[in-house]
Amino acid sequence: MFKDFFNALLEGKLIGLKCNDCGSYTCPPKATCNNCGSRNLVKVELSGKGRILSFTTTYVAPAGYEKEVPYVVAMVELEEGPCIMGRLEIDPEKAEKLGQHLIDMEVRVYGKEFPNEPFYPDKEKRVVPMFKLERPV
Amino acid sequence: MRKVAVLGVGMSKFGKHPNRSLVDLFAEAFFEAFESSNIELKDIEAIYYGNFVGEMTDGSANLAGFMADEVGLKGIPAIRFEGACASSSVAFREAVKAVAAGHYDCVAVGGSERLLSAGTAIGTRALATAVDGVYEITAGLTFPGVFALAARLYSKVYEVPLEKLKEAMAYVSIKNHKNGAANPKGQFYGKYGNLKVEDVLNSRMICSPITLLDCCPMTDGGAAAIVASADLAEKVIDDPIYVLGTGQASAGSLFRQGKEMVKALSRKRSAEMAFKEAKLTPKDVDFVELHDCFTIAEIIALEAMGFFEYGEAWKATLDGATSLDGELPVNPDGGLIGKGHPVGATGVSQVYTVVKQLRGKADCNQLKNVETAMTDTLGGDFTTLVNIILSIHKR
Ligand SMILES: [Zn+2]
Repeated sequence: MFKDFFNALLEGKLIGLKCNDCGSYTCPPKATCNNCGSRNLVKVELSGKGRILSFTTTYVAPAGYEKEVPYVVAMVELEEGPCIMGRLEIDPEKAEKLGQHLIDMEVRVYGKEFPNEPFYPDKEKRVVPMFKLERPV
Repeated sequence: MRKVAVLGVGMSKFGKHPNRSLVDLFAEAFFEAFESSNIELKDIEAIYYGNFVGEMTDGSANLAGFMADEVGLKGIPAIRFEGACASSSVAFREAVKAVAAGHYDCVAVGGSERLLSAGTAIGTRALATAVDGVYEITAGLTFPGVFALAARLYSKVYEVPLEKLKEAMAYVSIKNHKNGAANPKGQFYGKYGNLKVEDVLNSRMICSPITLLDCCPMTDGGAAAIVASADLAEKVIDDPIYVLGTGQASAGSLFRQGKEMVKALSRKRSAEMAFKEAKLTPKDVDFVELHDCFTIAEIIALEAMGFFEYGEAWKATLDGATSLDGELPVNPDGGLIGKGHPVGATGVSQVYTVVKQLRGKADCNQLKNVETAMTDTLGGDFTTLVNIILSIHKR
């Protein structure tokens, strides 16, 4: 369930599943292996390390997120294989200057709480996976 | 399975309709379709209606029955289909299957949506209900954001410098706006017909590298079509347009698709399904109405549908292959970018254009010698994909 994933993230831990059938990882957890569909899965802690696959600086936000613009959304490929969506901890202007050079840069994942919005499924708190660049730019 | 054909088609003016409800917009399109179908109301046995976010834009759900009642189809089965931006294409495909299977002889299909009147913040949040509702929305991922991620990834994976790709993307905007400026029912009729690359590149940044002119607009509008068995169609009209093949596929959250997102594998699967059913190949298609929600989306779609190799469509676009006089005209009605995108109506509005083009009665930009064409509608971040192949030939 999503709550365990986000609570662990707030403690700096990234939770995923390892498939006993094909050996691949699924993160965040889901009912079946993202690679082979098996339910023969075991919960594991991932390294929390990955690299940026793509990113976008967002200037127009959905209702409930307007106060946060501009923010940088990124998709990160984890060391163990899966990709996760989150936010890059960086000055948006710097991100724009770096442009495509940001891609492939190494990051570390952690969790941060943000103000909630009416439609978010977790009514208690909204946690965002955050990506911190391993080397300053 | 029986052969299925399209009778009449209808479409409201796309744009801003602050004083007209979802029901009003559907009804206008429905009656245009009905009046050109040469049937009686009692011939319509069911109504398949597409709408994405009536709950958020109009505080209204449970919509299909209201549509049926409004147009005088009291008591018949009325079903709402929701597949984000592909909602009415899903409805159309299900109607085709129900008629093909013999459950019905005649079904009314359509959709309506009011995103422009909802305003940008509500509209953006409503559209964002189509991304992963737990793990993606929390980061503030929007739909321009999804295609911004795709554009940067495309540039990286296919080793196309981002500046070059942005030029090709700008060309998609220029072409579709030019086509749409000629469309009297389009949102931008008479506007933006002569954009320059710089206009697109220098327009307001929405989600880098996607600018405002890389995006389709928010739109209010409705569309409808009457679907019937080929036997019925041939009795009542002279020019049935036959449904030769349809395809549909799905995918999970964008992050689960990972790097493969630029290949739009659900679309590849859906298009292959449609081609297989039609016993055709991409070479047999004379033109395409496809889901250009963002400029990069058109480039990705052309590759996944099989018209160009992966990593090649940006070049073909710059070479003019997808222009009205190119080898494969794409979005002659302006597409989502030039015509507008009233989400739940968009899929059937593509059918509207294809049917009228194939009949030689297009509202604008009539193409010469077109016999077979294809639609492509994308719901969410490659989550729901529908393709429909239509032809003047029964085969
Ligand atoms: Zn597995």
